[in-house]
Amino acid sequence: MKPALSPRLVMAAFVALLAVAPLVLSAFYVTLLNYIGLYAMVALGLVLLTGVGGLTSFGQAAFVGLGAYTTALLTTSAELPGWLAWAGGSPWLALLVGLVLTVVVAFLIGKLTLRLSGHYLPLATIAWGLSLYFLFGTMGFLGGHTGLTGIPPISLFGYELRQGEEVYYLVWLFVLAGVLTTSNLLDSREGRAIRALKGGMVMAEAMGVDTARSRMVIFILAALLACASGWLYAHMQRFVNPTPFGLHIGIEYLFMAVVGGAAHVWGALVGAGVITVLKQWLQDLLPKLFGTSGNFEVIFFGVLMVLVLHKARGGLWPILVSGFKRFIPVAAQRRAVDRDALALPRRELPAAGSLLLEAKAVTRRFGGLLANNNMSLEVRAGEILALIGPNGAGKSTMFNQVSGVDTPTSGEVRFLGESVVGKGSRAIARMGMSRTFQHVRLLPTMSVLENVAIGAHMRGTSGVLSAAWRMDRAEEARLLAEAARQIERVGLGEHMFDEAGSLALGQQRILEIARALASDPCLLLLDEPAAGLRYKEKEALGDLLRKLRGEGMGVLLVEHDMDFVMGLVDRVVVMEFGEKIAEGLPEDVQRDPAVLAAYLGGED
Amino acid sequence: MDFQIALILGQDGITNGAIYALLALALVLVFAVTRVIFIPQGEFVAYGALTLAMIGNGVFPATAWLLLGAGVAVAALDGLGALRAGQARKLPSVFAVNIGYPLAVLALLRLLPLTELGLAVQILLTMLVVVPLGPMMYRIVFQPIAEATVLVLLIVSVASHVAMVGLGLLFFGAEGYRTPPLSDASFEVGPLTVSGQTIWVIAASVVLIVALALFFGRTIYGKALRATAINRNGARLMGIPPALAGKLTFLLAALIGVLSGVLISPITTIYYDSGFLIGLKGFVAAIIGGLASYPLAAFGAVLVGLLESFSSFWASAYKEVLVFTLIIPVLVWRSLTSHHVEEEE
Repeated sequence: MKPALSPRLVMAAFVALLAVAPLVLSAFYVTLLNYIGLYAMVALGLVLLTGVGGLTSFGQAAFVGLGAYTTALLTTSAELPGWLAWAGGSPWLALLVGLVLTVVVAFLIGKLTLRLSGHYLPLATIAWGLSLYFLFGTMGFLGGHTGLTGIPPISLFGYELRQGEEVYYLVWLFVLAGVLTTSNLLDSREGRAIRALKGGMVMAEAMGVDTARSRMVIFILAALLACASGWLYAHMQRFVNPTPFGLHIGIEYLFMAVVGGAAHVWGALVGAGVITVLKQWLQDLLPKLFGTSGNFEVIFFGVLMVLVLHKARGGLWPILVSGFKRFIPVAAQRRAVDRDALALPRRELPAAGSLLLEAKAVTRRFGGLLANNNMSLEVRAGEILALIGPNGAGKSTMFNQVSGVDTPTSGEVRFLGESVVGKGSRAIARMGMSRTFQHVRLLPTMSVLENVAIGAHMRGTSGVLSAAWRMDRAEEARLLAEAARQIERVGLGEHMFDEAGSLALGQQRILEIARALASDPCLLLLDEPAAGLRYKEKEALGDLLRKLRGEGMGVLLVEHDMDFVMGLVDRVVVMEFGEKIAEGLPEDVQRDPAVLAAYLGGED
Repeated sequence: MDFQIALILGQDGITNGAIYALLALALVLVFAVTRVIFIPQGEFVAYGALTLAMIGNGVFPATAWLLLGAGVAVAALDGLGALRAGQARKLPSVFAVNIGYPLAVLALLRLLPLTELGLAVQILLTMLVVVPLGPMMYRIVFQPIAEATVLVLLIVSVASHVAMVGLGLLFFGAEGYRTPPLSDASFEVGPLTVSGQTIWVIAASVVLIVALALFFGRTIYGKALRATAINRNGARLMGIPPALAGKLTFLLAALIGVLSGVLISPITTIYYDSGFLIGLKGFVAAIIGGLASYPLAAFGAVLVGLLESFSSFWASAYKEVLVFTLIIPVLVWRSLTSHHVEEEE
C-alpha cells in the first residue's frame, strides 16, 4: 500500500497556500479571493442548513445585508439615538450588534416556520428576502437605492485594514474559523442530532432529541455566518447599496452550496470559488456573444444547477476528493474510542416485579375502524412480555399507543405511575422508555458508533457552543465509550466503524437495540426484533434479552416468530381484531382454543 | 380616501386578485400532483404576455426558438429512451411530435401576417408557442428526478426560474410592454366605471376555475390527476403513469400562466422579470390555502389583490413588503395548529 498523507498535513498545506497567496498574486486575484471567502461563509451556512439539515433558505443574502447595513449605519451615522450611542463608530461593536440582531430575526422567522413541513421555511425566506430588499431600497435613513457611503475600514490593534491584501487575511481567518466551528459542531452530540434531521426526525425524537431546536440552531448559525460575511463586505467595499442583498443573490448563494457539495463543509469553498470565477468569466463573455448587456450568466447557472442535481447530486466536492485520492492517498480519519472514559451515570432501575407500564382499556378508532378495542396489558420490571397475534390484529397500533407515537381515542396508558397519553415520544423517552422500529430507522451514511451514540443523546448536556469550541470532549468521550459498550454488548463490535447502511437488515435491527440501550432505559419496546435474523443471531438476541431481564429491565416484544417467543418470554398477550383474546404463560396460551382458532383458522 | 377611490381600489384589487387566484390554483395543483413548488409559474405569465406583445408588434417571438430547442431536447431524451428500450419504431412519432410541431409553429409565425391578425388569433398563436413549454419543461427538468425530495425539487424549480428569467431578458430585452385590452368598452355601474378588461379578467378567471372543476370532477384525466395527488404509488399501481400526470399538470399550469399573462398585460406593464413577483403573489395566496385547499387559495388571492391595491394607495413604497408580510399571520396560525413531527419525503 502507498503511504497515505495525514489529513492534518493536507489541511496545513492548504492554509500555507492561503497564507502566501496575496504575496504572489496580483491585486485583481486577491480581490477575487476576498469575494470567494465572503461568499464561502454564506455558502457554509447553507451547507449546514441544506446539505446537512435538509432545510433551505433563499434569504441568506438578506442576512448578509442585515450585517452590512447594521455596521454601515452604526459606523457612518453622525447622530445615533442615545440608547445606541455606545455602539457608534466601532466596526467591532457594530458586528456584535449585527449578530444579535440576526439572532433575533432568524429566531422569529424560525419560530414561524420551523414547526411546519420543510417547504415553508424556503418560502418564508423568499418573502423575507424580498421584503428586506425592498425596505433597504425605500427607507430614507438607509440611503435608498444609492445606499450609504464613507464606511470606515476595520482596524485591528490600531492598524487599519484598507488594502485588499490587508482585508484578505481577516476574511480568510473568518472563513477558516467558520469551517472549523462547523466541522467541530457536526462531530459532536449536538452535531449528531443535526445530522439526524435529514431523514431521521421520528427516530431522533424517540431518542429524546428536540428536533425543532436543532433546526433552529442551524438556521440561526447559517444566518450568523451570513451576517458576519456582510459585515466584512461593508468594510471591504466601504459602501453599501441594496443590490447585493436581493433575492437573486440569495439564490446564487444556494447554487454555490449545491454546486460545491452541500453535504460537506469544504463544498462551500469549492462552490463559492467555482461560481465566482465562472460569473466573472461569463459576465465578460456572454454580453459579447449575445451583443447586448445583461445578466445572462444566470441562464448558464440555472442550467448548471439542474445538471448538477440530475447527474451529481452530491456536488463537486466528493468528485474532487475521489479524484485527489486516486493520485495522493489521504488517510481516513477514524474516531478513537477512549475505553477509559468515565462511565455515564445510570438510572436506578425499579425493583424487579414493580409495575412499569400499564395500559388500561385502550381504544383507538380510525374513523369507522376499531384498531384497538378495550386493550389492557402491563409490563413489570424484570419480565419479558410478548404481544402476539395474526397480521392486522392491531399489535403495531397498540405499540404506537404505549410509545407515544399515537394518542388513544380513550383509555389510559401509565408509565412508572404517570399518564403518558398525549405526551410526545421525546418526553416519554426521557422517562426511561426506549424503543426500536419495525421498519428500521437509522442514518445509513453515519457509522454504527455514531448511530448508537444518538441513543445516548439524553445522557449528555453539552450544547452548541461548547461543541463548536471543543469544550465538550470529556463528555463526548463518555458518550462514545457508552455507545461502544452497547455495540459490543449486542455483538456488533467488529462493525463499529462501518457505515450503518452497509449492515445486513438483521444487524441493523440489532443496532437499533444497541441504540435503545444506550439511552439507559428501564423499559424496552422492541418491534419485531428477530425478523431477518439467522438462527445463531436469534439465539444471541435471546441471550441478550435474558441478560437484560436478569438486570431488572422490562421488555415488551411484538413478534411473529413463535419459536423465538415461546422459549424466551415470561408472559404472552394475544390479540385478534384489535382485542385481547388470551393472556398468560407461553405454554398455557399455546393450548388456548381461542388462540389456536385465531392462528389456524378453526371456525367454531 | 373617499368612497369613490375605495371603489376603484377595490375593483383593481379584485381584478388582480382574480389573476392571482388562477396562479394560486395552478401552484396548488402542481404541488399536489408532482410535489414541485413551481417557482417558474410567473415566467409563463411573462412569456405569455411578452410573446403576445411581440406578435402584436409584428416581431417574430424568440420564444419560438426556445420551443424548438426544448422540442429537440425532449426528442433526444425520448428518442434515446426508446432506443435503449429497443422500441425504435417509436422514433418517428417522437420526432414528429417534439420537432415537427415546433417547426410547424415556427412556419406559421413566419408565414402569417402577424400584425393583421385579430387579437384572438394572436392569443391563440401565443398559446401554441408558450403552453407546450410546460410539459417539455417537466420532461427535461423534473421527470428524471421525479422521486427526489421536495427540497431538491424546489431547488431545481428555482434554478429553472433563474434560467428562464435570463432567457427572457435575451428574448425580449429589458423593455416593458403592454398589450391591447381585450375590450375597450366601459360600463357605468352607479358611481363606478367598470372597464371591459376588468369584466374579461373576472369572467375568464371564473370560467377557467369552473372548467378546471369540471375537468377534475368529470373527466378521466382529471380524476387520474386527483388520484395521483392523493397517492402517487397507488395511482401508478392503478395504471396512471406518473410521467403523464406530471406532463398534464405542467400543461395546465403553463396554460393558466399564459392566460394570466394575456389577462394582466393590458393592466400592468410586463417586463422580462415581472413574472416572478406576480407568481409569488399567487404563492402567498396558495400558502394561505396551505398548498392544499383550492377555495382557501382563491380566497387568499382576492385578499392579496385587495391588500396590494389599498396599500399602493396608502403606502406605495411598502406595497410589496405589505403583501409578503401577509403570510406571517398565516404561518403563525399554521404553526400553532401543527404539532406533529413528520419525516420529510
